[in-house]
Amino acid sequence: MSLSQAKTGSGGIVLTKLDDVVNWARLSSLWPMGFGIACCAIEMMGAYASGYDLDRFGVFPRPSPRQSDVMIVAGTVTFKMADRIRRLYEQMPEPRYVISMGSCSNCGGPYWEHGYHVVKGVDKIIPVDIYVPGCPPRPEALIGGFLKLQEKIRNEQNLSAPKAIQNLLNQKQASS
Amino acid sequence: MTFDQIRIILTEKIGAEFVSGEDKGELQPQLNVNADSLRKVCSELLSNIDLYFDFLSSITAVDNGVSVNTFDLLYHLYSIPYNHSLVLKVTIPRGTDESLPSVDSICSVWQGANWQEREIYDMFGILFNDHPDLRRILLPEDWIGFPLRKDYQTQEFYHGIKVENPISN
Amino acid sequence: MSQRVIEFIYKEENLRLSEPNFFRAEDLKPGEMIINLGPQHPSTHGVLRLEVLTDGETVKEVIPHMGYLHRCFEKHAEKLPYNQIIPFVDRLDYMAAMNSEHIFAMGVEKMLGIEDKIPKRTEYIRVLVAELNRIASHFIAVGTYAIDIGAVTPFLWLMRDREHINRMLEWVCGARMLYNYIWIGGLFYDLPVGFEERCREFVTYLRPKLKELQQLVINNKIFIERTANVGILPLNLAINYGISGPCLRASGLRYDLRRVDQYSVYPELDFDIPVGEGQVGTKGDCWDRNYVRVLECYESLKIIEQCLDQLCGNHKRTRDFDPQAIAPKKIRPKAMDFYIRGESPKGELGFFFRSTGTYDIPARVHGRSPCMMNLAVLPEISRGVMVADLIAILGSIDVVMGEIDR
Repeated sequence: MSLSQAKTGSGGIVLTKLDDVVNWARLSSLWPMGFGIACCAIEMMGAYASGYDLDRFGVFPRPSPRQSDVMIVAGTVTFKMADRIRRLYEQMPEPRYVISMGSCSNCGGPYWEHGYHVVKGVDKIIPVDIYVPGCPPRPEALIGGFLKLQEKIRNEQNLSAPKAIQNLLNQKQASS
Repeated sequence: MTFDQIRIILTEKIGAEFVSGEDKGELQPQLNVNADSLRKVCSELLSNIDLYFDFLSSITAVDNGVSVNTFDLLYHLYSIPYNHSLVLKVTIPRGTDESLPSVDSICSVWQGANWQEREIYDMFGILFNDHPDLRRILLPEDWIGFPLRKDYQTQEFYHGIKVENPISN
Repeated sequence: MSQRVIEFIYKEENLRLSEPNFFRAEDLKPGEMIINLGPQHPSTHGVLRLEVLTDGETVKEVIPHMGYLHRCFEKHAEKLPYNQIIPFVDRLDYMAAMNSEHIFAMGVEKMLGIEDKIPKRTEYIRVLVAELNRIASHFIAVGTYAIDIGAVTPFLWLMRDREHINRMLEWVCGARMLYNYIWIGGLFYDLPVGFEERCREFVTYLRPKLKELQQLVINNKIFIERTANVGILPLNLAINYGISGPCLRASGLRYDLRRVDQYSVYPELDFDIPVGEGQVGTKGDCWDRNYVRVLECYESLKIIEQCLDQLCGNHKRTRDFDPQAIAPKKIRPKAMDFYIRGESPKGELGFFFRSTGTYDIPARVHGRSPCMMNLAVLPEISRGVMVADLIAILGSIDVVMGEIDR
């Protein structure tokens, strides 16, 4: 059950599951590292600005990957950039999510046919959670992408250790 | 100043043997220049008081195809004070994979040619003699091949990613 | 998480192989540092990598690395007919897409020989949307420059005004940013009914906002301290490097291709060309470049008003006006080489075409990118400045990586 349906007493006490509280905290302040590569970056900047304010959802752009939760890949991914994107993704601390914005990073976009230097989709390099279609997607579409990501986080069930530690524990269990 | 007047002034100053012909074309006439006299012609075009081509707009390379076996290099020049323009054309043989074709660099005349010549090296594989810093500019350094050639084949994999889309071709 | 298999091999040394560093750590003298302003940086205006060799805080040498957005425009242009290349031309300089389309369409029309048959109403509409897009492009340039300097308010105000332009252009052709509106031989649609009145309201709305922008940013004491006498570009160096656009005009030369080449209906319009004069500081510094951009917005408003007068007066809309009437079904120019150039908000944008005469597909298209030539001068003018000044100089050159990498 989500936080809004939780039982509230009369003294300002909320009874709910720990999963829900943690998920609510995570989805209410998603800080993206806006990775503006190409044309979609301008629409992303338009979404941050006052016309289609993203700050009311708690979304506040951070310049560094080490301080961000979600990476918005906005623009065409090329082979020269592929290594750097992977490195930035690995620098983000968990839990981390990826939104692929625009058709170039979804599937290669208009350059899918003769683009020798274009990676046909950023999901060949990093795992992607949300795909926002459009060329470029309107700022409302990006807001829609964020809302879908929030829905996805709301339904997460894993109050567990981050994956790296999980893998170590699994290895230890397998060897012992 | 018209194209013919420019050609007369130029050949009077440095001699007619450096200019090998002209293509009168539909809209923009071109002056054909030999590959080894390129730098002399360019420095004369810049320093001559009546011509004074001080603005290099662009350098373009065109691949004429494997059967014709040549590259064309086109230089578009403009003069800001006199408001006239000129197109130079240099034709060079295609060379082989081991010995890439080469042409003189004109970075000493117009410094704007530096990056344009690097881009032509990157896309076509034409070397420029006496270029201060000839290396790839747009593609990664470990890319194989020169993409804008007509007989270019994309490589199969790059760092583990498949280059071509499986649906195309 | 996604179900697709990630087939990528990530190795640390691949970073060095694909883009090797110019400077090596072994050659450093004591007190020197190599700083990497990598491809992901809030202030590099896209994916540009700067390798900076500093002596303490002073910059000794800057090497730009580009190519992180190389999208193979010229290869696509060798495989597609002329009218299908227009969406790719949009995506070169994505902030001023109408200007790029305008210059490309003009070039192909000149090759086909139909440039006299284009109706005057079409030409005035083209100039109208191109100037609107010029204002939008300058707004992003000045707005993001203010963020680099440290002020966030101008960005928010300018994005609000840019939203008005985006909505108007969406009303005209359906897309906010990448339009595919100016076709070879005409336009996609005519202007919608009521557009002229809305545009006039917008012009009266924007003039006081530009004055506000001048008071907030350009005449601001802190902005002047940060940008005056920084990154001075001498005129002869600028011409030798092939610099054009606001950067050249800020160094003192009144050279605008709309006046020099006299293309489209610009000879019939009355507008000034602002030049940098070094009012605060030296001629050709960062302040001058931004000042020239703001003044150009005023001139664009003048041009828009004159176009609206013509579109409501002499060339009013008629019931039988079809903007696609002259657009040829088969675009097959005669065999020739042709170079067209025009004034985009960044400078001299040029396209070189080689057509074979037998195909609809060009044999070669080359885009002469103004931002690439403008960026080439960065190592020259940023020797001996501080690192923060380097960011200021880079922002004032106004680079768009989509155009540099094509």
